[in-house]
Amino acid sequence: MAEKILMKGNEAIAISAIRNGVDGYFGYPITPQSEVMETLMKEKPWETTGMVVLQAESETSSINMVYGGASCGKKVMTSSSSPGVSLMCEGLSYIAGAELPCVIVDVMRGGPGLGTIQPSQSDYNQIVKGSGHGDFHNIVIAPASAQDMYDFVDWGFELAFKYRNPVVILSDGIIGQMMEKVELHPAKPRMTDEERLKAAPWATTGKPASRERNVITSLSLDADIQEAFNRKLKNKYDIIRENEVKYSEYLTDDAEYLFVAFGCSSRICEAVVDELRAQGIKAGLLRPITLFPFPSEEIGRLAGQVRSIMSIELNLGQMVDDVRLASGGACPVGFYGRQGGNIYTPEEIVEQFKQFNNMK
Amino acid sequence: MAFKGVIEVDTQHCKGCSVCIGNCPTGSIQLSKMVNNKGYHYAEMVGDACIGCSACAVVCPDSVITVYRIKI
Amino acid sequence: MNIEDIKKPENIVYKRPALLTDNIMHYCPGCSHGTVHKLVAEVIEEMGIQDRTIGISPVGCSVFAYNYLDIDWQEAAHGRAPALATATKRLCPEKYVFTYQGDGDLASIGTAEIIHACSRGENIVVIFINNGIYGMTGGQMAPTTLIGMKTATTPYGRDPKLNGFPIVLSDMIAHLDGTAYITRQSVHTAAAARKAKASIRKAFEYSEKKIGLSFVEIVSTCNSGWKMSPVEANKWMVENMFPKYPIGDIKDVLK
Repeated sequence: MAEKILMKGNEAIAISAIRNGVDGYFGYPITPQSEVMETLMKEKPWETTGMVVLQAESETSSINMVYGGASCGKKVMTSSSSPGVSLMCEGLSYIAGAELPCVIVDVMRGGPGLGTIQPSQSDYNQIVKGSGHGDFHNIVIAPASAQDMYDFVDWGFELAFKYRNPVVILSDGIIGQMMEKVELHPAKPRMTDEERLKAAPWATTGKPASRERNVITSLSLDADIQEAFNRKLKNKYDIIRENEVKYSEYLTDDAEYLFVAFGCSSRICEAVVDELRAQGIKAGLLRPITLFPFPSEEIGRLAGQVRSIMSIELNLGQMVDDVRLASGGACPVGFYGRQGGNIYTPEEIVEQFKQFNNMK
Repeated sequence: MAFKGVIEVDTQHCKGCSVCIGNCPTGSIQLSKMVNNKGYHYAEMVGDACIGCSACAVVCPDSVITVYRIKI
Repeated sequence: MNIEDIKKPENIVYKRPALLTDNIMHYCPGCSHGTVHKLVAEVIEEMGIQDRTIGISPVGCSVFAYNYLDIDWQEAAHGRAPALATATKRLCPEKYVFTYQGDGDLASIGTAEIIHACSRGENIVVIFINNGIYGMTGGQMAPTTLIGMKTATTPYGRDPKLNGFPIVLSDMIAHLDGTAYITRQSVHTAAAARKAKASIRKAFEYSEKKIGLSFVEIVSTCNSGWKMSPVEANKWMVENMFPKYPIGDIKDVLK
């Protein structure tokens, strides 16, 4: 029987990192995610698994520590919240440009600027569209529970190393702070040097006579070379789009109205669907689990089945643009959101749904 | 020249930190047994030994003390 | 003679400075921030420069300093206050410009900004509140946390092998030619607070002389983060912080 422990989403990230053989965590305190690093410091994994944990002087420094660790083929990660993630954008562009694997956790809060410490989903555009300069994408996965926070660390690193790409776990203050039972799956050790050579033959480990030197860089200075590299990234993203889309659906088989919501909003929308069904309205929910790659195909298919789609997000309307694109104009697409750290209630969303669909 | 002083504490805004008490050279401040609207035991003058030196008011982090002084 | 004879307006020898707003300070009971805010308010009031002073507040417990002193303020991103102050002073040289920063803001993420503001010799005042801990975010380690100190990210005590050594920032910037006046003070007793006020006043006066950056470090307490009462925290500060961060003038180019 696997161990189940009550813990915060933030704590689950830390416990999962230790139990899933993460080599290093470099971070900086910021509300509402400081518990990630505090838990790591309390657990002292450097004494058990040899994991390195360091409080850096800033988020800019943290992401560059991740860049250095990833360059060595290590499983490294960091976590922050919206204002700190903005500081990491340069680093993420460099990491994507150098094709390095890593996991970043963004526990979103109200913005812009210093904003509030309450939860929001207003970093969607920033993270999903490519969180820095240049043509690149993060792989983005959106947890909706403390268990997801635990599970997504390992899944994130799997994707990161498979595609040599940064992976962002796009969470929010609710998921980070809520306490739920988390099942601790069997632990796995950190990679051995032999495993690392196989998983990351490109890494800087010291050049033996048997190979050319490994150089981690994103600089080319030659437009043709850079264009070829950009196209290589595009091919990679196409393969990711083909193979890694993940979503869950709730009562969509016979749905006449669809909600699309991720993270904490998806859980609130489950209650909305239940309430509408109790009123005889056939509503359903699609929860994107991967935001990049976006479940465009499935949304496109459902758009042909339902009378309308509503995107429900804690922002001013960001994912709705992708939903609209995916729907291909097959049905009207609406939006409802709360901002700044305020959270909608199911009743509110039901009310907005009825207004959008001209129902009483 | 001798001074005689009185301190007036804005009791609703005092947080009962007690830093004033240790700084008073004449032992003229204590924490009240009563609490204010926030639940803090506020500082209050006790006895008549106050010389109006203002040490309490200078050091008060919430600047809730007014000091009166006359020459006697 | 009774109390009512003494409590007359003409007998007031000390009261709350007018430049402090009526807003209740959110700081914990006993927090040094409140005392330092009061001293800065008094200096600006006594110099009559309320209409010519611009303050730059940090990210940290004192992010809300702009609610407490009745002057114009700019809220800076974490650590960036000296950059905002640099532009403000160069563009508005007739104004008094000061930053108010904690140890996370100034000595952690903001090290580049303070070093370069110092080396450029910006004619600003920097007030540095050093209590060896991150208050606002819940008591994590700061660059000035002492060896052995327990914090939320050094739950077993700061170990130099894992977390390095505390930074003595005032000593570091003394080497930069652009600094004019560097001092370290405290506000835990009336005598100390009066000296701190005099230092803050001197810093403002020096900034007018355009001789470089004036830096007033206030060694402070965080009784919530240190998990002590305010009175105990003051005592702990004297016994533990002062040996590492001794009180006194470190540099004064006019002496």
